[in-house]
Amino acid sequence: MSVEAITITLVIITFLIYTAIGWWSRVRDTSSFYIAGQNVPTVANGAAIAADWMSAASFISMAGLVAFLGYDGTIYLMGWTGGYVLLALLLAPYLRKFGKFTVPDFIGDRFYSSSARAVAAIATIFISLTYISGQMRGVGIVFSRYLQVDIIVGVLIGMAIVGFFALLGGMKGVTWTQAVQYFVVIIAFLIPAFAISAQLTGNPIPQVSFITSDIVERLSHIQIDLGMTEYMAPFTDLSMINVFMMTLALMAGTAGLPHVIVRFYTVKSVRAARWSAVWAIIFIGLLYLTAPAVGAFAKYNLIDTIADQPLEEVQNIDWVNKWETTGLLEFNDHDGDGVINYTSGEANEVSIDGDIIVLSTPEVANLAPFVIALVAAGGLAAALSTASGLLITMTSAVSHDIYYRIFNKTASEAQRLRVGRITLFMALLVAAYVGINPPGFAGEVVALAFGLGAASLFPVILLGIFDKRMNKEGAIAGILTGLLFTLIMIGSILSESIFGTDGPLLDSFFGINAQGVGVVGMMLNFIVSFIVSRLTAEPPKEIQELIENVRAPEIDEDVSEKD
Amino acid sequence: MIVGQKKTLDERQRWYWKKNIRFILWLLVIWAIVAYGGGVLLAEPLSNVQFFGVSLSFWIAQQGSILVFFLLILIYAIRMDRLDKQYVQLLKADKEG
Repeated sequence: MSVEAITITLVIITFLIYTAIGWWSRVRDTSSFYIAGQNVPTVANGAAIAADWMSAASFISMAGLVAFLGYDGTIYLMGWTGGYVLLALLLAPYLRKFGKFTVPDFIGDRFYSSSARAVAAIATIFISLTYISGQMRGVGIVFSRYLQVDIIVGVLIGMAIVGFFALLGGMKGVTWTQAVQYFVVIIAFLIPAFAISAQLTGNPIPQVSFITSDIVERLSHIQIDLGMTEYMAPFTDLSMINVFMMTLALMAGTAGLPHVIVRFYTVKSVRAARWSAVWAIIFIGLLYLTAPAVGAFAKYNLIDTIADQPLEEVQNIDWVNKWETTGLLEFNDHDGDGVINYTSGEANEVSIDGDIIVLSTPEVANLAPFVIALVAAGGLAAALSTASGLLITMTSAVSHDIYYRIFNKTASEAQRLRVGRITLFMALLVAAYVGINPPGFAGEVVALAFGLGAASLFPVILLGIFDKRMNKEGAIAGILTGLLFTLIMIGSILSESIFGTDGPLLDSFFGINAQGVGVVGMMLNFIVSFIVSRLTAEPPKEIQELIENVRAPEIDEDVSEKD
Repeated sequence: MIVGQKKTLDERQRWYWKKNIRFILWLLVIWAIVAYGGGVLLAEPLSNVQFFGVSLSFWIAQQGSILVFFLLILIYAIRMDRLDKQYVQLLKADKEG
């Protein structure tokens, strides 16, 4: 069988599995539709969190980003894992104890205000929408590169699959498909990693050979010899303050992403919420401990294959040829000497898209066609699982938080479920549209999603739990300050790609770039909400009781009966 | 289904909350020292320290911190399980005493 045939077969098999799970977990009540009836087992929820979290970017792009940033790639490695410490310690147990459906539910109830609920719902929709465009794009790219299917057709097929299990099964269907998708993602990531590690270092465990072999050191030396920055040295690509701020923004942003937070509502108890965070970091860590190794090994391999080699010889290599036609790998022999100069600055004759690092590893390492097919299925699983989690989150913000909790408080169960399904279908159409016509600044919108999560939702939830004195006025003032500051800053720093101005309106905020500026927004949020809350009336008695209740230990029924 | 629905926290619940806050603060101090101390602020001095085939700060920034994050979340889950048990035992003792 050809690579294409194997890939199609494998993709169809995985899609059939997802569809079957959707049919098996179809639901009839709103509790199952929004929070899977709160009886998802801890390990399954951990796997679902991991799949929900690890997007097309984690699977396809991150190892490449790290490979080209070297040490400074830590912003993604630490930034996209450290947020789970914040979630597990500061948010998840209390939100589960609170025990409603959504993030705006908590904010609306805790701050006894429909305006707060509406602001939180709008922030949720905005964050999820910016995020989903990237996922749909990932689906389209995998289809077009591996199956030579048109990107539009690819996006539509992906939408149909997600739509099927999400419409039928709601959160329950999404959860169980995500748990399965996690294993597809991780197997597809690990197998090529084992192979390239064994090939380069003789040790098949990449997470270990990354530090026990001398590949990273050799890569450091080669890069210096070629006139690039030293791989292992810190702050060669980003300043220390930016590494600090970007890492913190990604961590706090992770803890402020509604589609991740809501996963902790789906388990049985507070204890289960704490343990699903443990499983989540195990499942996520497995990929994140492997990614820096894949990045370094693949880059070493790549440089070794092309740098200072005769251009014609390199272009005859099968995989080089294939990736050159996609435009992700380009050679330009400026000086016409027929030899490839791979360096930094003017003399460089190679341009490499970071996505190649993961996508081409099976071919560079000469692995069986089956592995190439597996990487395609893994990329699809990563994108679809994240997309489905985002869809459910957007849907609940519209149909539960805005329609039911604000406009139609007397809606019946059946009505709410119907509105939920209609909203989900419309969200699917919107997602398909942004997938097919992605905004020109697709890369920047991710920075935006994390910056907004860090500057708006994270501080408000945190203060809602840990500061009993925090009131409606403080929370709304804080959330608006954080949102506006971050939006304006990101908009001005990235104005070139977002609004098409001639140059950026602002170079940086005192040396902090767009991806890190959310941290400043977060601090402003904290300061403003603290001051405003102290100048206004304290929250009503029943709200103070609600907070005490969220803080109190959760004890099983049999003990309480004895009490 | 759940106790603790009383109007305000009683003495035992207050004790539980204080213990919880202390765990959280300790774990977050370690979180900050490892990620922002070892991985960022002390990156330059620590890059002269060898750790197997790489420098210590490089390892912390790219792998070590993730292992520490896992340990912190695990320790918190274990300690809170233990605290839950202690709390239940105190409740029982209160009832008997």
